[in-house]
Amino acid sequence: MAADKFPIEAGHIMMFARSIGDANKIYYDADYAKSTEPGATIAPPTFVQASAQFDPNYFLRPKIGEEWFGSAKEATGITKQEGSGGGGSGGGGGLHAEQHYVYHRQVKVGDVLTATSKPGKSWEKEGRRGGKLMFSESVTEYRDQSGELVVTATSVGVRTEKPATLV
Amino acid sequence: MSLKATEVKVGDTHEEEVCRNLSRTQIVQYAGTSGDYNPLHSDEIFTTQIAGYPSVFAHGMLSMGMTGRMLTNYVGDGRLKSYGVRFTAQVFPGATLTAKATITDIREENGEKIADIEVSTTDEAGTQIIKGKASALLD
Repeated sequence: MAADKFPIEAGHIMMFARSIGDANKIYYDADYAKSTEPGATIAPPTFVQASAQFDPNYFLRPKIGEEWFGSAKEATGITKQEGSGGGGSGGGGGLHAEQHYVYHRQVKVGDVLTATSKPGKSWEKEGRRGGKLMFSESVTEYRDQSGELVVTATSVGVRTEKPATLV
Repeated sequence: MSLKATEVKVGDTHEEEVCRNLSRTQIVQYAGTSGDYNPLHSDEIFTTQIAGYPSVFAHGMLSMGMTGRMLTNYVGDGRLKSYGVRFTAQVFPGATLTAKATITDIREENGEKIADIEVSTTDEAGTQIIKGKASALLD
């Protein structure tokens, strides 16, 4: 995940909170949020994942004018691509094995974050149903407008030789 | 809203049902907000015919997000210091998920009181789908 500008917007937080079934008013009502300990609309703990929306090259979003590998008239729009992923789940056999966040401070509406990713460790394991599992880490640092670290995210992706029993 | 060091002890638990009969529409909703439009989560034709799975399934991050809701309800808004999980099984449409937090340690770090929490989410069959850890600031 890489984004030059990840603006933290109230409407996006509201919709994200809805999608995870979180009815906490801090995500919906700015006046209520002012009365809480954080004193502002903050993001749910996994919200920075939505920086994918602001990653211009994010593989798992249809791009304007390009073919999409999901179904259209046929079961796939194009020949299945290799090398998907980027720490997350890919259509070509890559899946999301682990996700870890360290919060240095809360993400708040009005922040404009940058996200920079670098590869972490990688390792292999035999799968429960046979076949090799190949794990790789990606570490993303989210920094605010003054360069301060806000969230460190570590994603572990796994690629398999056959459909895995992981997510 | 937040937990007080004087009121929690190791072994305390908090549990919530975080989703009942998970709908394909909610998975689509999550795709739209997170930006992860992987067809494995919404495109039954691609997922069964091309990818070879029995059905579309939820984003791991949707399960982590729903589990995170249980955590923030328990420890209070803006109190989490860390939160990490391993996705241990797939979650298919129709799942009912229960997320549980267990306090495993209460400690001091840089003058702050911190609770370490074990996180576990299971489906309606009792299969663990998330195994994780979190830490939160106490009053």
